Amino acid sequence: MTTTVSAVEANSLTAGRLHRRTPWLILVACIVISAVVVGLIGAALDPEAEYNIVAAVFFGVLAYVLVIGVVSRLIEGSRRSTDRVVTAVVSLAFVVALLPLISLVFTVITMGSGRIDLDFFTLSMRNVLGEGGGAAHAIIGTLLMTGVATLISVPIGLMTSIYLVEYGRGRLAQAITFFVDVMTGIPSIVAGLFAFALFELILGPGTRVGLSGAIALTVLMVPVVVRSSEEMLRLVPNELREASFALGVPKWLTILKVVLPTSIAGITTGIMLSIARVIGETAPLLIAAGFSNNFNWDLTSDRMQSLPVFVYYSYVSQGTDFQPYIDRAWAGALTLIAIVMLLNLVARLVARIFAPKLGR
Amino acid sequence: MSTTTPTATPIAKPRQRVGDRVFSSSALTAGTLILALLALVAGFLVLEGIPGVLAEPSDVSIYEGRYDFASFVVPLIFGTLWSAAIALVLALPLAIAIALFISHFAPRRVAAFLGYVMDLLAAVPSVVFGLWGANVLAPAMQPVFVWLFENLAWIPLFEGPPSGTGRTILTAAVVLAVMILPIITAISREVFLQTPPLYEEAALALGATRWEMIRTVVLPFGRPGIISGAMLGLGRALGETMAVAMVLSASGVITFNLISSVNPSTIAANVALRFPEAYGINVNVLIATGLILFAITLVVNSIARYIVNRRKDFSGAN
Repeated sequence: MTTTVSAVEANSLTAGRLHRRTPWLILVACIVISAVVVGLIGAALDPEAEYNIVAAVFFGVLAYVLVIGVVSRLIEGSRRSTDRVVTAVVSLAFVVALLPLISLVFTVITMGSGRIDLDFFTLSMRNVLGEGGGAAHAIIGTLLMTGVATLISVPIGLMTSIYLVEYGRGRLAQAITFFVDVMTGIPSIVAGLFAFALFELILGPGTRVGLSGAIALTVLMVPVVVRSSEEMLRLVPNELREASFALGVPKWLTILKVVLPTSIAGITTGIMLSIARVIGETAPLLIAAGFSNNFNWDLTSDRMQSLPVFVYYSYVSQGTDFQPYIDRAWAGALTLIAIVMLLNLVARLVARIFAPKLGR
Repeated sequence: MSTTTPTATPIAKPRQRVGDRVFSSSALTAGTLILALLALVAGFLVLEGIPGVLAEPSDVSIYEGRYDFASFVVPLIFGTLWSAAIALVLALPLAIAIALFISHFAPRRVAAFLGYVMDLLAAVPSVVFGLWGANVLAPAMQPVFVWLFENLAWIPLFEGPPSGTGRTILTAAVVLAVMILPIITAISREVFLQTPPLYEEAALALGATRWEMIRTVVLPFGRPGIISGAMLGLGRALGETMAVAMVLSASGVITFNLISSVNPSTIAANVALRFPEAYGINVNVLIATGLILFAITLVVNSIARYIVNRRKDFSGAN
């Protein structure tokens, strides 16, 4: 007894504060107690029921927030008690936000891996009722439409960002910046309606072709490319430009040989992220390109299937024997997520590996 | 040599080189092209939408007995605003907490990785969210609805009767909340990280706890960022299509009831569900609703951008 008292008196800085490990001990204790209580109540109510681990953790954490608040208030006072409760709540919020992501990835992988086979990547849905079939036609459609959208958006987007950073002054540049921001907010389905209306006027009512889908994706992609490229071009230090001008290099060559090579890694990353953004778009393609069960390599005639629309239709128009349709929908979702994650990963790798070494 | 000199001198003389002129004008063209593209989007929607607004109600099969365009579109506008508002109410506190966690609570080394995880959530395609919402979240929410009905039915929001499938506007709003979480988090995180360290250190030096420091320094400093992030999230929730179309079983009514099987639809989801089978003047009616959605998101996003642009030193958006 005497030793603890003297220790407290000796170190006034730690007096009246919880030990570093105490909150963790309280957390573990709360979860253990809650696990036991939940187990007992669960067994009492329904002996057959599975053990409810979610409830155990939930009540455990809830108890921790209460206990740490009370304990800290008694020992440390109300201000530190509030601080500890907020810390617990904020950390809890982060874990809660991760739950959907974990649940989503877990479900897509378990449900989707069943139909990931050779057929899925080589066959179309032509004349398929019930089992079998594949999404090859949808994958081809997605690649074609996204490819064309990229081919249109990248030159326009990149040149616009060069204009904004290197040339743009005054009203026009301001207007472009503002409207690019406005374009970022266009709902994807509105882009689809626009492309549909455009092609209806040119090619007659009810036209749904791959090119129309590509135009819809372009509307969504251009502002993303502009914004990310602009940010990257602005990162290029002015000293590099000035050094080039001082050597008598014309402006366009400076941009081409100095500014762009310096920022090319960031620009590539931005472009890949923008592809990742539009490759999962469903609504505009549903409106503009329609859906189809057949292979279609021609962007200018007939409807064209895409992977997101394939997932959507497999889900909404299930046959009488619905399981194969559901399986195909999940397999399509898994393929889609894999593509998007791969693009994201490669984009970050490009940014990291080819980043310019400025601060030598 | 002597033959090339006369041609070489005029090239050396002009103030602007050919390459410069070509390059700058093509950059200018690209910029103007974007303005033209946006004008085209608005123009075509107006052009194709006006006939839909003016159409004779008896010609429009999707009105299903409603007498004019306004009575068709008002429940949809209500559903759009209502679902987006619930999603925002659910997502905003969570997003602020996550942003604070990443910027001020998590250890430095982990923080960058956690930010990356949140960005991954933003990259998941909406159709996958729809599939997950309809197959996983809706069945999981159903018992919650029953509980809400049994215990809180006196609140008009939960007056039920509870939906048997769980595919209600509240489930759709939860999916929307998950989808807009990364946007709000990213922007809030960015402003929180830009709080001047001197202010933070001053607060701590005066004896403030971490929470008091955040409340008195970080949150007031980051308020514009939080507001604009919320507005951008709202804009995304308003325009989100597939998740709502796949999760919600809608019937075009106006009701504040969150848990029953009778739910209002949203503009975007309604277009996605009806457009593939639409014909004739119905197409124009749907395009006109799309135009209204465009106008609503335009207003919301412009307000958000205005707030962001008032603080120029911050470029966290997108």
